[in-house]
Amino acid sequence: MGVKQNTIELKDNSAYRRLKDKLFLWAVIVVSLITISPIVLIIGKLAWKGFRQINFSFFTEVTPSTYDAMIAVSNNEVIPGGIVNGITGTLLIVGVASLMAIPIGILIGLFLFENGQKPYANLIRNLSDILQGVPSIVLGLIAYLWVVKGITHGYSAFAGSVALTIMMLPLIIRATEETMKMIPGSLKEAGMALGVPYYKVILRVLIPSGFSGLMTGILLSISRILGETAPLLLTALGNPMINWDATAPTSAVPLLIWDFYNDPNMVDLIWSSSLFLMGFVLTLNIISKRIIAKR
Amino acid sequence: MNKNIDIIDSPVLKIDKLHIAYNKTDKYAVKDVNVTVKKNAITAIMGPSGCGKSTLLRAINRMHELYPAIQTEGGIYLNEENIMKMSPIHLRRKIGMVFQRPNPFPTMSIYDNVIAGYKLNGIRIKKSEKDKIVEEALRSVALWDEVKDSLHKKGTFLSGGQQQRLCIARAIAFKPDVILLDEPTSALDPIATSKVEDLLVKLKKDYTIVMVTHNMAQAARISEYSMFMYLGDLVEYGKTKMMFTNPRDKRTEEYLTGKFG
Repeated sequence: MGVKQNTIELKDNSAYRRLKDKLFLWAVIVVSLITISPIVLIIGKLAWKGFRQINFSFFTEVTPSTYDAMIAVSNNEVIPGGIVNGITGTLLIVGVASLMAIPIGILIGLFLFENGQKPYANLIRNLSDILQGVPSIVLGLIAYLWVVKGITHGYSAFAGSVALTIMMLPLIIRATEETMKMIPGSLKEAGMALGVPYYKVILRVLIPSGFSGLMTGILLSISRILGETAPLLLTALGNPMINWDATAPTSAVPLLIWDFYNDPNMVDLIWSSSLFLMGFVLTLNIISKRIIAKR
Repeated sequence: MNKNIDIIDSPVLKIDKLHIAYNKTDKYAVKDVNVTVKKNAITAIMGPSGCGKSTLLRAINRMHELYPAIQTEGGIYLNEENIMKMSPIHLRRKIGMVFQRPNPFPTMSIYDNVIAGYKLNGIRIKKSEKDKIVEEALRSVALWDEVKDSLHKKGTFLSGGQQQRLCIARAIAFKPDVILLDEPTSALDPIATSKVEDLLVKLKKDYTIVMVTHNMAQAARISEYSMFMYLGDLVEYGKTKMMFTNPRDKRTEEYLTGKFG
């Protein structure tokens, strides 16, 4: 070829590099196993200990009395009754909280998106971030003061909903703002150029285009509050019967778990209730992941 | 400014001493523009980046007001009516706009995209009338034969050129007086570009078209009138042929011969 060959000798250290590669691979495998082991162990433990109690009456009957549970345990039978009062209570409390938090959160999120870096918007954004860091028990105390003492004059599902609403808000606000930022500005222009009033552009173009993002934020915030116990102890209190009245004390699945923990005869129900709650939260998480993937 | 045209009779659009600045302290993005736009013709606005051509175009249907700090002086008249006194919502139904990048609504079908102006504004019309509007609009952008069997599929599945023609159909479904196009082919390949150009030439018999273009050859191919803008000034305005063969201003000549831009 006429061109002088490059004669620099490269030291052959491929064996060393291959060894390094293998070591690193194994390190990654071990570390990731350590990371996922808690979730596997938790689900395994819950399923192992809880499945015995999961039957039809678990979803249709209210919590058994201590006496019934004691008899069943001493005869080595399945504890009768179920947690339907907790399931309905959770639906009521979380439902009311969502009804309050979703519209307010989306509106604030839209406001922050529209007003970007204005001082007032920055203040709201920072306060919302701080709100996310407030311990849930403190929110429970506040809801106790405001709602239990001030509005319903007694423990109530509504008081629990207020505490949970405050927990949901920062998540929904963030999700809304981030989603709106990802929608190309050209869509807003397209709507405006058709002579559509701005509020209609938001409602009928921007929100539908960002629907999956908003939905994900909402589902994640719901799964975040499903397991909250501390604020409910101070607000919803609990109820051995099914209750659909938001102004009356109401049970919830995490409250029942706490109750079962405090009653030596009902220990078996802890596991099945936890399994149920875990399954519910996991399902919501999977749904929201699927929505993200579709986007 | 140099004009090489006679006075245009009964213009659709008249721009009178228009000044635009993006905020109070900024220098003008558009300076003292006085122009009349001929009906049923294509008028091209040319110029290097940042010369104010898009700003001028957006002022015509007041889309520039999306920047809240913008300062506007002077007047724009649509059929002798001052657009600054019209409601922007009403105005934008009379002056449609097509953007640089195709932007069909991703959540809507092709059919709904064409009819979006009616749908989003809550104008109720009969199904048969809707069908007619959609077919007519899609036919006039030569998209009907390509999409008539998939009208209810999402508009975003179309190719870029088809999407842009869909956006033009969306703009003309309202039967506006004027269509503004902001570099409508800069995101398209040459074949799609030539389709859009043919379409614009066809559309001018029903509409007045004002388009911003980066592409001098495009302006030469399809426009009757051209504006050349530079640093916010309207340097030259006149018949395209005249401008390309015998520019009056030295800056126009230098731009057209590729000395800057």
